[in-house]
Amino acid sequence: MKLLKAWQRFSRNVNQIGNKIKFNINILKIDFMKYEDRLQNVTVLGAAGKMGSGILLLTAVEMADLSLQPQNKNKTFVLNAMDVSDEALFGLMGYLREQVRKIAEKKTVLLRQLYADREDLIENFQIIDEYIFRVLNIVRPTTAVEVAYRSNIIFEAIKEDPALKHKVLSGIKKNSEKNPWFFTNTSSIPITELDEAAELGGNIIGFHFYNPPAVQKLVEVIRSKHTSDDLFDFAMTYAKNLRKIVVPSNDIAGFIGNGHFMRDALYGIQQVEKLATEFGYVKALYAINKITQDYLVRPMGIFQLTDYVGIEVCQYIMAVMNPYLKDENLHSSILDKMVEQGVKGGQYSSGAQKDGFLKYEKGRPIAIWDIDNKKYINIDSFAAEVDAKLGVLPASYKPWKVVNFNRNKEALLTAFFEDLNSMKTLGATLAKDYNKRSNEIGLQLISSNVAKDNEAVNTVMLTGFYHAYGPINNYLK
Amino acid sequence: MIPHKKVYMYGGYNTISMGTGRKEFNPKAVRSGVEDYIKEAGQGVLKQIGGAKNVDEGVIGNFMAARFNNQANLPGFLPMIDEGLSMKYGTSVEGACGSGGLALQSGIRNVLAGTSEITLAVGFEVQNTYKAIYGADILAGAGWYQKRKTGHAYFFPGQFSDRAGAYFAKYGKENARKGMSRWYANAIENSRLDPTAQEYHNTNPDPYNTCLKMEPNGKAFVDNLNYLDCSKVSDGASGIAICSEEGLKRIGVAKSEAVEVLSFVHAVRDITKDPKDLTELEAIKFATNKALNELGITAKDLATIELHDCFSIAGILTLEALGLAEKGKGCDFVSEGNTARTGFIPVNTTGGLIGWGHPTGGTGVHQSVTIWQQLTGRAGNAQIKIPSDRPYGMTVNMGGDDVTISVIIFKRG
Repeated sequence: MKLLKAWQRFSRNVNQIGNKIKFNINILKIDFMKYEDRLQNVTVLGAAGKMGSGILLLTAVEMADLSLQPQNKNKTFVLNAMDVSDEALFGLMGYLREQVRKIAEKKTVLLRQLYADREDLIENFQIIDEYIFRVLNIVRPTTAVEVAYRSNIIFEAIKEDPALKHKVLSGIKKNSEKNPWFFTNTSSIPITELDEAAELGGNIIGFHFYNPPAVQKLVEVIRSKHTSDDLFDFAMTYAKNLRKIVVPSNDIAGFIGNGHFMRDALYGIQQVEKLATEFGYVKALYAINKITQDYLVRPMGIFQLTDYVGIEVCQYIMAVMNPYLKDENLHSSILDKMVEQGVKGGQYSSGAQKDGFLKYEKGRPIAIWDIDNKKYINIDSFAAEVDAKLGVLPASYKPWKVVNFNRNKEALLTAFFEDLNSMKTLGATLAKDYNKRSNEIGLQLISSNVAKDNEAVNTVMLTGFYHAYGPINNYLK
Repeated sequence: MIPHKKVYMYGGYNTISMGTGRKEFNPKAVRSGVEDYIKEAGQGVLKQIGGAKNVDEGVIGNFMAARFNNQANLPGFLPMIDEGLSMKYGTSVEGACGSGGLALQSGIRNVLAGTSEITLAVGFEVQNTYKAIYGADILAGAGWYQKRKTGHAYFFPGQFSDRAGAYFAKYGKENARKGMSRWYANAIENSRLDPTAQEYHNTNPDPYNTCLKMEPNGKAFVDNLNYLDCSKVSDGASGIAICSEEGLKRIGVAKSEAVEVLSFVHAVRDITKDPKDLTELEAIKFATNKALNELGITAKDLATIELHDCFSIAGILTLEALGLAEKGKGCDFVSEGNTARTGFIPVNTTGGLIGWGHPTGGTGVHQSVTIWQQLTGRAGNAQIKIPSDRPYGMTVNMGGDDVTISVIIFKRG
């Protein structure tokens, strides 16, 4: 093993200085494989899922773009879209066609250059149609996992279940003809554990996209203890080509994103429980959701976000993370109860929000789930009463969508927090406490060595969660 | 050409120029179609001239309904405006973005030929049926198709970006960008005074600096123009009645309520030939100068001009073609405020193509409607003062890249 690594290091160095020496030792061929050669055969597992479909889209486009490069004209690119559901795969192809069209429409200036030698393609629509065909023609939808045996790269975006992941990844590893690299989209399971349990020999890296992958700029990249430099370098090139913002995270359950979000959500639930003694559960949940959206200037309240991610998914992630955490119990009986009651949030295949803590109409919350009486209570029926108890919003308040995209964001936030800091209403107090907790979570992620520094934590929250400001900031007094 | 008998225009009407910028525009909703626009503009004119019974002939100007709306045989829509137009002469004309001007030229000729005393001219385009990237294909039909393959994805912005690039290289970019940004600011400020303008709802407090600071980005768009240098995608129609003296009598309208056509020129340049000099609009120079010379006046005698600013650089080059500024000085002429509504010669007083909108086949007719409104005191909040010693208004309508040019000089009747 040591010898092999030494050879690999040596061969990489040789490669880097552009030496043309050919090594005929089979096992080393992998290390010499160029970026585009490695991407010639890829499989996405769970390709029809929420994350898998986005990963598939981005990878298909990257592969199609590579195939258009003159030096790759005679190469074949294959992207297996593997999923267990035929029905979902059927829908996937429709999604892909629609999304690739949007992508093509945005880069038609470039596509005209790439297709300059195709005399039959004259108008934009002809070029766009041809490009869509090229991308879709790379994709092979299938329910057979065996297709992965011929792939150089496996993207894993299946259920967040460690045992299932171990089984699937080790199965492919054992049967593969290619000694493939595994990219896992896990948002919570330590990569080293997957690596060792599935006996992948370091051929795995955590590559955690945010939802939806086609839109969200952030990717958390996590190395297992054994991940090779070659694999890491490839992952960074791939992320760069996809124009993603990479934040490296250390290999600790939950990483940065869920490390913050799960604790933040749990704090929200605890605040509801506390406030419920005075307000009642439904009104308390409304209040905390409002605090976390309006008073914290976030794109949505914490319970809307939980619904968006899925209540069962959150419950599951906490369960996956919990065994790895010392002095902390990441668990909520309210989440358990919601799942028991069959109220789980998440999204329909159309992308529309399913009801969860909140009930939605045209994407807007209109009611709150009463966990005791198992029915939704209309927000209109009590909002004014709760709002009055919370007190007025700071005078300089502006909603997230105004602040976040504003050129004077910094000044707007400074004015807002100055007002908030000086206020003593219930709403302001809850908001300040919430912000303080968010800040503690951020600092905890650094002290526990999950995140390298303030910037890593803030970048994840700014880009992955669209927060207007990071948890570690100077607004708090 | 000087008409051998009196020809007037009266009863102009514009629909709203619909598209991005208008608050009521929703690209995802079902919107008004070809029929609605033609009908609104046509009936808007008929109401002012005593109905369809007074109309002898009709002409429709349109560029690409055949592709934007899968609709040809446009003369058939004239009787749809009013059944009183059934079984009467009707035609349609096409000269790309110069189609509206061509409709007027056609109508003027028929009145002069004596086949019609009153001709209803309607120009329209409904082009929000396609996203801009596909609309660019359709609009590229205004150029020579043999050049499409080597042209830009956004074909026409690409053509005029090349003109702007040549202008920058010859006369300096910084000054030119200032002039182009002032052009944009004037367009926005004027369009805010006309409720039918596409930019009527624009509230930007500093359009000049917005345009100046928006650096052209060739990767996403074109090298030398930003989005604000370009007219937008518009749906709209305009109509006007072209009348002989007899025609005006028939509808009981005093000459002073109409505008008289003093000179009209139509000129075409070979579409298969590249412009000789990218920094000059040769055909516009020819047609405008011919119209002025025949009348024995210069551009400095004009009270106002409606000219074809499909791109800000086209506006500046037209000022130079007119002789209002020396070559390379058109941008300074604009920067100094000469073309603003309070300047020496207000240009595009309801926003022009960049501010009011550019429903391509309707633009030429819209220009004449604006001149009629201005010269007869009907321009509402957009009204400018017409000096008594400079009573003339001019329209300059262009199809393609300086290819199909219509110029008309008017004064109040």
